[in-house]
Amino acid sequence: MQYVCLIYEDGKPRDRLDPDAVQKMYEEYGKLGQEAAQKGVMRGGNELTGVSSATSVRLRDGRRLVTDGPFAETKEVLTGFMIFECASLDEALDWASKIPSAKWGTIEVRPVVEHAAQPV
Amino acid sequence: MNTPHNRSDAEHLDRLFRSESAQAVAALARRFNDFDRAEDAVQDAYVIALQRWPAERIPRNPSGWISTVARNCAIDRLRRERVGAGKHELLADAQTIAAAGDHFEEPAMDDRLAMIFAACHPALSLDTRMALTLRYAAGLTVGEIAGALLAEVPAIAQRLVRAKRKIREAHIPISVPDDAVLPQRLEDVLRVLYLIFNEGYASLTHASRVRADLCDEALRLVALLEILLPAEPEVAGLHALMLFHDARRSTRVDENDDPVLLEDQDRSKWDTRKIMRGLTLLESALRHEHVGSYQVQAAIAAEHARAETWESTNWFRIRHWYDALYAIEPSPVVALNRAVAVGYTDGAEAALREIDAVIDAPELQGYPPLHASRAEFLRRLGRDAEARAQYLRALDFSQSEPERRFINKRLVSLSP
Repeated sequence: MQYVCLIYEDGKPRDRLDPDAVQKMYEEYGKLGQEAAQKGVMRGGNELTGVSSATSVRLRDGRRLVTDGPFAETKEVLTGFMIFECASLDEALDWASKIPSAKWGTIEVRPVVEHAAQPV
Repeated sequence: MNTPHNRSDAEHLDRLFRSESAQAVAALARRFNDFDRAEDAVQDAYVIALQRWPAERIPRNPSGWISTVARNCAIDRLRRERVGAGKHELLADAQTIAAAGDHFEEPAMDDRLAMIFAACHPALSLDTRMALTLRYAAGLTVGEIAGALLAEVPAIAQRLVRAKRKIREAHIPISVPDDAVLPQRLEDVLRVLYLIFNEGYASLTHASRVRADLCDEALRLVALLEILLPAEPEVAGLHALMLFHDARRSTRVDENDDPVLLEDQDRSKWDTRKIMRGLTLLESALRHEHVGSYQVQAAIAAEHARAETWESTNWFRIRHWYDALYAIEPSPVVALNRAVAVGYTDGAEAALREIDAVIDAPELQGYPPLHASRAEFLRRLGRDAEARAQYLRALDFSQSEPERRFINKRLVSLSP
């Protein structure tokens, strides 16, 4: 089944780390992506732009409410995600702990609901 | 055996079924990675047992009978789900199953182990791990767990339902972890078992027999784990540690449920059989030369357990073990406990110096033993005024009534 790893960090590492550390981090992300692809578990993922470019939308009574910023203001913000195909949570946790940001941020591992395939 | 189906027979059958069905639940849960499916199938088997056992005879191997019949019921349920029907008569199918005779498979111990690891999975909250372990590894009923954990029955039931849903939805594996992660996962398991033990032990009063049962359950589980994982010395270490504590169970509180200090406990009432067993376990664990926190804690408890009098306690060896513990677990709480040992090897002044070195640690703020131990050493040095102030601080933080009574007794003994 698929697990989405939501990557939460205390702001964008790019704004916090020195350029060498940022480059090293991207290299580590690159290696992880390759490893996961080779093992056939990689199902996608990407880095997100900063929360300053986030917009939230809600539909209430048919009216669209658009607001600036993320839904909840917290210290740790969603900065990216990766999706892995794994047989169990233990496997997913192994991959999640390889995500470079796990060293300073938090990775939230969420199983994806498996909807039954609709007949075409 | 054709006995009339009266009330006590029904109760006997119920108890027998319950105690013998843990294995079947474990095996099926592991096979389907789903507790609910396993429990439903075992419930089906129970219905069949209710019909057949009193009418014919109780099988020679009840656990094997239940495992085989429940497994067939589970397969049957799956088949019906696939067909989408579900109108089959359960008992009709079951007749053919039960006719299989006495050739029931031997239960696999691995299933029990897989169950314990799943119940103690770190992806679940500690409260949930305790409830799951008591329910599925120890086989307690929801009512018994609620009583032991001082919780309402619906709250425990709800906690178990949520846990089972997470296990199913997130695919928390019901399996024995790979060698690579086994040591860390084993630590999680041992932590839960020790928590269960302490939950019973810490609240031990003459009135709360229910909670004392938690100590017995934890002891049974750690003994089972020891059989399942004989090469892990920390399991034997925890088992020994629990035995040393348990050996002193009856002397820990007086008739008013007030705590009795180690130095005042009646050592003639300690259970020497448990102490001897603990010593043997600890000795063989230490021979693995893979020392861990539980073995060291057991070694400290062993020094107390084997001292015939308080005065003959070997504080130098205890201090040595506290140094070892601090090397494994350099926490302020361990430092505080070591300071107490230092008080006996190097005197109260040295102990105070060690306590004052960790007095500002955030973990120790609001921790009554910090103030109580500091007060004790001040008292021994005759610094009564300071001791009084420190005991009052301990009172500020103490949540336990017997502990407060004890501190008040000490306060009275100080010179004004």
